[in-house]
Amino acid sequence: MTGFLLRRLGQSLLLLWLVSVIGFAVLHLAPGGPLAEFTLTPGMTAAELKRIAHQMGLDRPLPVQYWEWFRRMVVGNWGRSYRDNQPVLWEIGARLPATLELMISSTLIAVLLGTWIGVLGAVRRYSIFDSLATVGAMIALSIPTFWFGLVVIYIFSVLLGWLPPGNLHTTGNSSFLNYAWHLIAPATVLGLVTVAIWSRYMRSSMLNVINQDFVRTARAKGLPQRVVLLRHSLRNALLPMIAIAGLQLPTLLGGALVTETVFTWPGMGRLFLDSIGYRDYPVVMGILMLSALMVIGSNLVADILYAVADPRIRLR
Amino acid sequence: MSAAAGIAEAAPGTGPGQRALRRFCRHRLALGGLAMVLLLVLACGLGPYLVPYGPLHIDLGVRFSAPFLGPHLFGTDQLGRDLLVRLLMAGRVSLTIGFAAMLISTAAGTLIGAVAGYFGGSVGAALMRFVDAVLCFPQIFLLLALAAFITPTLASITLVIAATAWMEVARVVEAEMKSLRERDFALAAEVLGASDFHIIFRELLPNAVAPIVVAATLNVARAILLEAYVSFLGYGIQPPTPSWGNMLNNAQEYLVTAPWLAIFPGVMIALAVSGFNFVGDGLRDALDPRLERS
Repeated sequence: MTGFLLRRLGQSLLLLWLVSVIGFAVLHLAPGGPLAEFTLTPGMTAAELKRIAHQMGLDRPLPVQYWEWFRRMVVGNWGRSYRDNQPVLWEIGARLPATLELMISSTLIAVLLGTWIGVLGAVRRYSIFDSLATVGAMIALSIPTFWFGLVVIYIFSVLLGWLPPGNLHTTGNSSFLNYAWHLIAPATVLGLVTVAIWSRYMRSSMLNVINQDFVRTARAKGLPQRVVLLRHSLRNALLPMIAIAGLQLPTLLGGALVTETVFTWPGMGRLFLDSIGYRDYPVVMGILMLSALMVIGSNLVADILYAVADPRIRLR
Repeated sequence: MSAAAGIAEAAPGTGPGQRALRRFCRHRLALGGLAMVLLLVLACGLGPYLVPYGPLHIDLGVRFSAPFLGPHLFGTDQLGRDLLVRLLMAGRVSLTIGFAAMLISTAAGTLIGAVAGYFGGSVGAALMRFVDAVLCFPQIFLLLALAAFITPTLASITLVIAATAWMEVARVVEAEMKSLRERDFALAAEVLGASDFHIIFRELLPNAVAPIVVAATLNVARAILLEAYVSFLGYGIQPPTPSWGNMLNNAQEYLVTAPWLAIFPGVMIALAVSGFNFVGDGLRDALDPRLERS
């Protein structure tokens, strides 16, 4: 176990380092690089630009710049926003909870609804329900999330007036119910994608399990179908889903970004877009790096949890 | 895994009737997808010649005509431009970007995957770790970060989308090459003194075409979605050139008064994307019986 942990940790650290190299490359690949914002300022002279570049250390060799950037990043100094001069990590930290709220709620929808659809699809394989679920999932994954969000806003906010068209909560009203009411539409929109993905994986995981010997044994013992499915099969079928949940985090993060843009949701995705609009490079980089960090972290955690939860996994 | 072993492993425990029925259903879905794609390509290719309005023709007298009522079949937008012809012209842009981005990303992914899988060792490991690292960034984040700092043109948007979409093909090809290069025919070619180039491109890659085609088809779908989103946010194709994405961006403002402006482009995107997804899914089942996707 210790060997496995150390190895996975080492792999993650290597990946983390590679990710930082790519992030740094993206930063410097863009026309103008980190100076992009300043080159657009009216009345900026070449001499002035050179002074800023010197001030920011951009006239030094790239490896040196990388090392400086990396050294600060590791200890949590991710620079300051060009827009309001706040520390980048502080800016992101202020927006992260809203994004997490959205991600967690749509994941919950996926786990509840997707598990049910997947299990039923696997148990009644090739039934009408199964076919509909298959086709439905593919259509759900083909519908542009941002457009679906607009449609939901049009129907439920504009036409029916049941749901608010966006925002985290009504200003001045921070009751739990108000938050929940605002969460319904965006969580459903993002949930469409997560349910579609989760139900597909759940179905194949369940199919793998219900054809195994121990399930037949349980049936042969005369256990009722419900007990066989829920106690014996589902518990085992859910195990690989831990790893799937980890692997799907990039999709979930991307989906959250798209959803936030439509629902004026004040989360990390919204901040990302605003920062792009302002060419606020430190914040853009910060969010890019943080999302990659979250992906690596969640994969690591999912791997470890999976290994802990399933004793059949041989730790290599 | 050899082909013979693959056939022996295929789906135990299902009757031939059920399997035939299933294949038929899957096939039907794939055929439907193919029909959708062909229809869209035809409509976008020829349609604009049949509509008596130009995509940029402004007629302020008929602003916000509702669809299905007047001479403008799909209605008009805030400048009185015909929505149908704009949708079709936008389709040209979106489909072109989808195909072009797919071609570039598939070529790049195949090349990188082939080199990594064939040569293996430290070069292969380094390349694949690079693939892993790029995959850590959610594609949309990476795409937007790149798209925001370039001058948006058809070519640059295509390139940026391709730059964030080649990794999965690379993974697929690498895995295929790794197993194919150990097979007897590859060893035979090597013994005969064939060059690495010949072995990779003439012997091995033709055997890996199936999974590449599947990944490529799904890539078209994803590229269309991504283009739409980037254009929706204003960092993609710039108006007045219509693209489904920037038409939606424009429609957002008039959601209350002219909802059709938002509905039609979205339906077009969903049709195109699901068409390619259906075809890709069907191809996966048809081309690779080993997978027997459950």
